[in-house]
Amino acid sequence: MGFGKFGEISYIAETKIADFVKHLEEGEIAATKCKACGRLYFPPRVDCIDCLSSDVEWIPLSGRGKLITYTTANFAPAGFEAPYTLALAELEEGVRVFTRMSKDVKQDEIELGMNVKLVPVRLDDERITYELKKA
Amino acid sequence: MNNRVAVVGVGQTAFTRSCGVSIRELCFEAFKEAMEDAGNLSTKDIDASIICSAPEYDKQRSPSGLIAEYLGLTPKPTFLAEAVCASSSVGTRIGWSFIRSGLHQVVAVIGFQKMSELTSAESQERMLRGGDIMWESPFGAMMPAYYAMFARAHMNQYGTTEEQLAKVKVKSSKYSTMNPKAMYQKEITLEKALTSRVITSPLKLFDCCANADGASCMILAGEDVAKKITDTPVWIKGLGLASASMSLTGRKTISSLSCAVEAGKQAYERADLKPDDIDVAEVHDCFTIAEIMAYEDLGFCERGEGGKLIDGEETYIGGRIPVNVDGGLLSKGHPIGATGGSQIRTIVLQLRGEAGKTQVDGAETGLVHNIGGIGLYGSVIIFRR
Repeated sequence: MGFGKFGEISYIAETKIADFVKHLEEGEIAATKCKACGRLYFPPRVDCIDCLSSDVEWIPLSGRGKLITYTTANFAPAGFEAPYTLALAELEEGVRVFTRMSKDVKQDEIELGMNVKLVPVRLDDERITYELKKA
Repeated sequence: MNNRVAVVGVGQTAFTRSCGVSIRELCFEAFKEAMEDAGNLSTKDIDASIICSAPEYDKQRSPSGLIAEYLGLTPKPTFLAEAVCASSSVGTRIGWSFIRSGLHQVVAVIGFQKMSELTSAESQERMLRGGDIMWESPFGAMMPAYYAMFARAHMNQYGTTEEQLAKVKVKSSKYSTMNPKAMYQKEITLEKALTSRVITSPLKLFDCCANADGASCMILAGEDVAKKITDTPVWIKGLGLASASMSLTGRKTISSLSCAVEAGKQAYERADLKPDDIDVAEVHDCFTIAEIMAYEDLGFCERGEGGKLIDGEETYIGGRIPVNVDGGLLSKGHPIGATGGSQIRTIVLQLRGEAGKTQVDGAETGLVHNIGGIGLYGSVIIFRR
């Protein structure tokens, strides 16, 4: 199933970075790093914009970061169940992540700039995702 | 070769929740109005047509050929231009380039969308896939959610308030009652806007535009021909077009649209004009926050001062820079592919002095800001009479 098991609903199954899901299943949030020029990519990708090399290595991220912005959706597109909170965070390695905020975090606890931690989460039907928790 | 390109005719259907006609008939209505507006022109004078529409709303595949046929534009060249909500602005740029290159003299740019052809669930599913389907859609991201995230960041950074956002809707609803082609014909009070239900925090129902059906059309012509067709050509003075990262993770700022800033810079430079020179503007207010960001991205005020601009009613008629005096996307309706052409029609009528109750006195220079997707494509076009 590879990348097709990532997220609540996936729209893409075939990708060169399918190993991202393997790392996630092992409890690791992994970025890619271009072996030729050293640029770090997250979300991960195999093809480097700077040097056009496609030779990358996997680098684990700490998951620690700060919240940039968020929204709590009361209406959801077909296939999703509201409410849920979507968030954008900057990780300490200088890359950004777009994902959901854990339901464990109460609405009145959410504040821009707060410390967050990106962690893998297993869903039903062998699906896997990551979400932000309060750090 | 033509050094200057003019809009010589504009047309638009009413924007409605459900038009009850086919896409070919919808486009014919807008085309007919534009041809009649141009006056001294027949279908055989059109050298090429550019049909503008966002994909996946139509049952008809490759609608450009079908529409060109229905409008009697075969065997002249026709094709589809697509940049989601900015499709007809991109079509305008292509038409301008055709004329400037000498390839064609008179070009019809027709934008349309019949969003009611899909069920609400189908429509939502397409909106969802307007973001990065690999890294954002899997979490349930959708158009209003992205703009809500921009709004939250803007409020945090500059102190913009929910009341300031609501005031954008109040303004748009006032002017849409003066536009017979607008979908909403009822004024919304500040209290009503502020107490409407939260769709995705902090955006409420009245912070969001609605899906609509509609079509728009403009006829572009090179300088020599334009002067024979009409006594009131409106000239394209400067065009800007830019792109940005689809994923929010690739954006340096979340409280501004970089594609709009870049497109604006290009358009001002090419027109040799400044934000202060603009008499009337149409901006892409798909959400109230989008209009506030547009004020700042286009230089109508300093960065972070967008909320104050609407507080001071500076974007009303009579204010420093009237914006969206046709009701905007928020109250006129937003049939994606038709929107840019509708914005251009509004500015053309303003510059000709034919805008009726919403006429901005003495308007000579107008600007159209049209955004595709979540700040993915940005187009700014400056017009002068």
